[in-house]
Amino acid sequence: MQNQFFSFINALGRFVISFFRASGDLILFTAQILLCIFKAPFYIGETIRMSIEIGFYSLPVVALTTVFSGMVIAIQTYEAVSKFSAEGAVSMVVLVAVTRELAPVMAALMVAGRIGAAIAAEIGTMRVTEQIDALSTLHTNPVQYLIVPRVVAGTLMMPLLVLIGDIIGVCGGYLVGVTKMDFNATTYLVNTWNTLKAMDIISGMTKAAVFGFIITVLGCYQGFKSRGGAQGVGQATTNAVVSSSILILIFNYLLTELFFKM
Amino acid sequence: MKEKQVKISLSHVAKAFGKKQVLKDVNLDVYDGESVVIIGGSGTGKSVTLKCLLGLVTPDKGTAKMTTDNIGMLFQGAALFDSLTVWENVAFVMLQKKHPNRAAAKKLAIQKLAQVGLKPEVADAYPADLSGGMKKRVGLARAIATNPEIIFFDEPTTGLDPIMSDVINDLIVDCVKKLGATALTITHDMNSARKIADRIAMLYNGEIIWVGTVDELDKTKNPYVRQFVAGSAKGPIQMEVKAE
Repeated sequence: MQNQFFSFINALGRFVISFFRASGDLILFTAQILLCIFKAPFYIGETIRMSIEIGFYSLPVVALTTVFSGMVIAIQTYEAVSKFSAEGAVSMVVLVAVTRELAPVMAALMVAGRIGAAIAAEIGTMRVTEQIDALSTLHTNPVQYLIVPRVVAGTLMMPLLVLIGDIIGVCGGYLVGVTKMDFNATTYLVNTWNTLKAMDIISGMTKAAVFGFIITVLGCYQGFKSRGGAQGVGQATTNAVVSSSILILIFNYLLTELFFKM
Repeated sequence: MKEKQVKISLSHVAKAFGKKQVLKDVNLDVYDGESVVIIGGSGTGKSVTLKCLLGLVTPDKGTAKMTTDNIGMLFQGAALFDSLTVWENVAFVMLQKKHPNRAAAKKLAIQKLAQVGLKPEVADAYPADLSGGMKKRVGLARAIATNPEIIFFDEPTTGLDPIMSDVINDLIVDCVKKLGATALTITHDMNSARKIADRIAMLYNGEIIWVGTVDELDKTKNPYVRQFVAGSAKGPIQMEVKAE
């Protein structure tokens, strides 16, 4: 019994130490990236390439996610508010839910799966095949060359993706509202427009920028620190997606508190 | 006679990973224009020694210094960048410095590829399209692309057939001679060591236990070196085999 207690304390201690070690390591890694962002040379071509990869090629998946989210919210809201004869609130709820929460969070989770995993796998493979060491011997800072373009592209592209997701998500709600719930198309659009506040869009885009930063930093971190062969790269990929998804949800709450605290 | 300048210096270098003390006290000087090969079994710390010199690993104790940062390196698996073509790999440093322009950099890269026996058609291929031997040649072309003063070779013949190994060894000797560079190679391939080295150093148990010329290698009475050169399982070197 005593042995079991000590082994439990031992395991707990190991977990706490490794957690704080990893957190400290991640903070130092992030600080290193932030320092390198403002230091020449700037890899503009690589940043544009990554922006296209993150922004343009993620568009279909983000569009699909947000359009269906908008449609579902319209149906659920209608179900709830029709009991109180408040059907007019549907357009307002769709707008607020999509711009403040659904578009940023759903887009971020999709991009975490698509881009976070790809970044971790690519950089992880470069790590285990010594390509990152090779960069150092070729007078190139791997953080500046590999990490900064991805983080800058992710942070800048995510708000744009979410802005497009906002429009598509609201359109999804509009489609359902007009075709299924027999709302007048003009009235629905006017209601939506009248409800629209700049803060809704700004808060969603700010969240998106933070999520883009989280996804790319964690993807790069997991890849950069991966060890071993294929198994290490696989583990890094899984860790990148899981950790960024969790952090996205945590930061979504914190940012919502920050923007909309009553 | 003028004394030769020390280009690479390892002084009392020690490095541990966790509880495992990989390097205990490594001391070695490599002189200008010299080719030194470090031999030793797997897991003896040859790669760690090299990484200490390259600044990829920080020694716990001691110093690992070079007199220049104009270096080239041939990695064990060539470490070519998958997303770049062969010529872009070779001209990587020139492309980063944007000097000379892309056209001139490509021309220079093709010249370097010719130096390692590769035709210009290879220039536009991607690393994934190449065989192991060709990758090593491209890696060598990249290592010599900036006419470095010091070149490092990490297990240059590992994974190659004996004929291709000999080709790579000849290319290494040829490139190092033409450049007048100082070379430090780590390998456990004795044929390679004999062909490349002016001097050979043996790393064992975290220390350089023997240094000498190729001729001295065959005459040494050092039991560790004799066992390693003979490739015998019997002798003072015991391989660690985990039973669990």
